[in-house]
Amino acid sequence: MALLELTEVVAAYGQITALHGVSLKVDAGGVVALLGANGAGKTTTLRAISGTVQKTGKVMFDGHDISKRAPEQIAKLGIAHVPEGRGTLGQLTVWENLQMGAYIRRDKAGIKADFDRVCGYFAWIPSRRTQVAATLSGGEQQMLAIGRALMMRPRLLLLDEPSLGLAPIVVQEIFRIVRAINEQDKVTILVVEQNANIALQAAGQAYVLEVGRVAVSGNSAELQKDEAVRRSYLGY
Amino acid sequence: MTAFLQQVISGIATGCIYASLALALVLIYRAMDLANFAQGEMATFSTFISYSLIEYWHIDFWPAFVITIVLSFALGIGIQRLVIRPFEGRPVLTLLIVTLGLFTMFNGITGQIWGYVFKTYRGGFPSEPVIFGGLYINVQDIGVLGVVLVMLLLLYLFFSRTKAGLAMRAASLYPDSSRLLGVRVGWMLALGWGLASAVGAVSGMLVAPIIFLDPNMMQSILLFAFAAAVLGGIESPLGAVVGGITIGVLMALVGTYIPGGQDLRLAFGLIVIVAVLLVRPAGLFGRAAVRRV
Repeated sequence: MALLELTEVVAAYGQITALHGVSLKVDAGGVVALLGANGAGKTTTLRAISGTVQKTGKVMFDGHDISKRAPEQIAKLGIAHVPEGRGTLGQLTVWENLQMGAYIRRDKAGIKADFDRVCGYFAWIPSRRTQVAATLSGGEQQMLAIGRALMMRPRLLLLDEPSLGLAPIVVQEIFRIVRAINEQDKVTILVVEQNANIALQAAGQAYVLEVGRVAVSGNSAELQKDEAVRRSYLGY
Repeated sequence: MTAFLQQVISGIATGCIYASLALALVLIYRAMDLANFAQGEMATFSTFISYSLIEYWHIDFWPAFVITIVLSFALGIGIQRLVIRPFEGRPVLTLLIVTLGLFTMFNGITGQIWGYVFKTYRGGFPSEPVIFGGLYINVQDIGVLGVVLVMLLLLYLFFSRTKAGLAMRAASLYPDSSRLLGVRVGWMLALGWGLASAVGAVSGMLVAPIIFLDPNMMQSILLFAFAAAVLGGIESPLGAVVGGITIGVLMALVGTYIPGGQDLRLAFGLIVIVAVLLVRPAGLFGRAAVRRV
């Protein structure tokens, strides 16, 4: 069953239309990659889902029509969006960042359990709880952003280019954790990537966007093998 | 020497008044990078409400003090929702003009309701001196200092220990990220206005027993409060209090030791603002933004 379904979503920044009718499905429990060149509309698609861009069309999440809802309501329904640039609360400490992740929740015991879980994924966090988040390295900020999203106990995690600006070894580590989050915590994941290779390895399904439309979609393994798709859209 | 210390003590007392209004300014500045020119007039309005509670409803000072704080909190939220929110996302200059409008509006409304005749306002502390080491210290001044320090402590605890305080800080610094985490950023701004209005009300109720109550009573205090907030670093509650007390002492000394100084005090207030902005824009306690380079 599709946890998330977009139907003919059109989104614009002022006069400039960024999505010209995107339709896609994300099945519950899956990892779906959203690929494409710069300006193809990947980030805008995530924004359309989390309610942070003006749009028309339909967005269904778990049986709710969230097309007209405000970002904070969508967050409460269980969608965690780690935005482009990681959305780090830079002047706040690592611990405060994670607390803000749990802002919508009231269950103290569950929050504590999730904090322990986040520390299980990112072992450096407990000893650096009081560090100001802006002074973390890029990789650590990305991990903190994922940890903050996990503190929301989301059903769907939207990741916008987690590999951006990071060393290959750090990228490997982050995608290892992304897969673990999907498998162990049963969080459905929609990940935007420029790094098609690593995203296709992690994802079961993939969509390739081109100038605001879905150009190709299908099973990741098949897309990876398809020479034409690789050359035209994935650029490797 | 005794005369000098006596001036310092009286300066600390006045400085606490500046500090309390400066705290209110800081709260709104932190929430939305806005200098609220109406803060003083809102405080005056609140003080008149407490005056009515005391004089016409015959409520004792301290219960009236608490009721006024609660009403002022609601007033601040109401103003943000009704008057400030429609201008969300507009340039700061637009919002500044709106606060100037609020300034004249509150001044006029206060004058209309309560008139322009100076009124005696009986505060919560006895105005009698205690003698300490050859110095006269007014009990009222000690009370004012105490109230301001308690207020500072409560604000500190609110911002550092409570979920709402943390969310307010996050919402003001990172509105977009905060929305994605489920924070209703607009209400956090309203909460900031509510807090500022409540703190301003305290400031008015502290100053009214010292000067007289009239619709224009906070206007010169507002200038010194701005000087205090800027000196303290505009975003720091602690800075506002340290800045306020510094300005208070400075003004007391200027008034005493510089010929004609009494008349020059407002000018000195402005000089402080300009000098701080030129030499150290972040003020005493302003943090330079932390970032990794």
